[in-house]
Amino acid sequence: MKRLFHILIWVSGLFLTTLPLSAAAETTPGEQAEEFNVKEMILEHLADAYEWKIVNWDNGDITVPLPVILHSKTSGWHLFLSSKLHNNEGSYNGFYIAPEGKYKGKIVEKDTSGTEVRPLDLSLTKNAASLIFSSVLLIIIIMGVARSMKRNPMEAKKGFIGFMEMFIVSINDEVIKPAVGKDHARYAPYLLTVFFFIFLNNVLGLIPFFPGGANVTGNIAVTMILAITTMLVINLTGTKEYYKEIFWPDVPKWLKVPVPLMPAIELVGVFTKPFALMIRLFANITGGHSTVIGLTSIVFVTAGMGAAINSSMSLLSVIFTVFILFVELLVAYIQAYVFTMLSAVFIGMARVESHQKEKELIETKHINKQIN
Amino acid sequence: MSLLTPEPGLVFWMTLSFGIVAFILIKYGFPIILQMVNKRKDYIDNSLLAARQANEELAKVTENSQAILEQTRIEQAKMLEVAAQTRDRMIEEAKGLARTEADKIVADAQKQIIIEKENAMRAIRSEIASLSISVAEKILREKLNTEEEQSKMINRLMDEVMISKS
Repeated sequence: MKRLFHILIWVSGLFLTTLPLSAAAETTPGEQAEEFNVKEMILEHLADAYEWKIVNWDNGDITVPLPVILHSKTSGWHLFLSSKLHNNEGSYNGFYIAPEGKYKGKIVEKDTSGTEVRPLDLSLTKNAASLIFSSVLLIIIIMGVARSMKRNPMEAKKGFIGFMEMFIVSINDEVIKPAVGKDHARYAPYLLTVFFFIFLNNVLGLIPFFPGGANVTGNIAVTMILAITTMLVINLTGTKEYYKEIFWPDVPKWLKVPVPLMPAIELVGVFTKPFALMIRLFANITGGHSTVIGLTSIVFVTAGMGAAINSSMSLLSVIFTVFILFVELLVAYIQAYVFTMLSAVFIGMARVESHQKEKELIETKHINKQIN
Repeated sequence: MSLLTPEPGLVFWMTLSFGIVAFILIKYGFPIILQMVNKRKDYIDNSLLAARQANEELAKVTENSQAILEQTRIEQAKMLEVAAQTRDRMIEEAKGLARTEADKIVADAQKQIIIEKENAMRAIRSEIASLSISVAEKILREKLNTEEEQSKMINRLMDEVMISKS
């Protein structure tokens, strides 16, 4: 193990010291390379894109063109590939990607008065394509497991299917059952879907190669839909007691009669719960992606500082990035876990029975225990 | 900041894809998996219960067979005892029977022997009588072969008769 580590250091050291030297030889000393902007690079990665960059190459990037779907108020529906924007010097049919301003990076057009407006943009962007890819993958995985189990239910599964089964059962038994309470069977499929959707997207986001690498769960639109769905599930299946506790809680009367202070607070709580879910997932994943890219950027930031500094800092960057990627793998699981657990807890809270019933339930439980 | 404003396009695609995923997995995916897991759990529980019951029954059967074995052993001993008794009695009876038979045979033989003996005695006696007569005859004939002897004899006999008559 120790020897392997030594070899790794030597190889990476050699590689990293020769690379910047050759690069330095090519550029004449007078021409300073334009300053590398870390902030821009991070923001560019975190934001969505109309095409899917696979790799940056010398004479142009290798990208997967994605369909652009627009509805302009003046010219109606448009559907074309994003590569057309590049081929025609960044504009096509009057649409172009705004270089700066309010809509920077988005497709805009000029209306009759000449001001920049955004058409309704339903383009299949990088995030949307990644989303569809992961959705298809998730359906294939889960339906594969379900079909295999249905075909031969009494056999203990091996390999990936066995692992998935164990994973599903552990989430169901350790997160959903205790948090939701006695109605868990009704909510388990939804909560499991949420868990695996988030987890798969988180993990795919950590893979830096083509089908992965998109910042899907770190996008506010995605987490917003997830949070709204959970909010709908919580509030549409809430019991009478849950609504009574919102609008007529068990507090002194002066807190709710002339000014409905407590009901107002409770009502705000209805919306803050999913809002917290939305922001938590978004912020954690965005933060993780930013950290990874920031650490990787050390290599490029130190490129102009001489070979010694650059190579040592590159090594440091690689070590840090690997470490943070492992942490992010943990975060990918934890965030999916937390989202699912909190959703389950909120659902469990919305399934409250009235206190009278609860007492009876506890009493019957005691009696049962005594009998047993 | 654009990071915090949801894009309508992505909202649309997210709603669509998550909706489809949720629909398919909630309807056909996870319920089946959970159901099958529960089914298998029940199956395993039932199998364990059945195995325990079978074990108990087996123990009971072993106990029963042990009891049956014990009983047969007792019965066997009893039967052996009875058989021994019967054997002894039969031997005893046979011995008694044989003894009386033998006694009877011996008694008969003795009787026969006595009869035979008497017969023999009688035969011997008559033989002896006839022998003595012939011997006497021969002796007489020898003694009386002279005239003188004969007349002496007759005289003596005459005397004797005379004496007895007088």
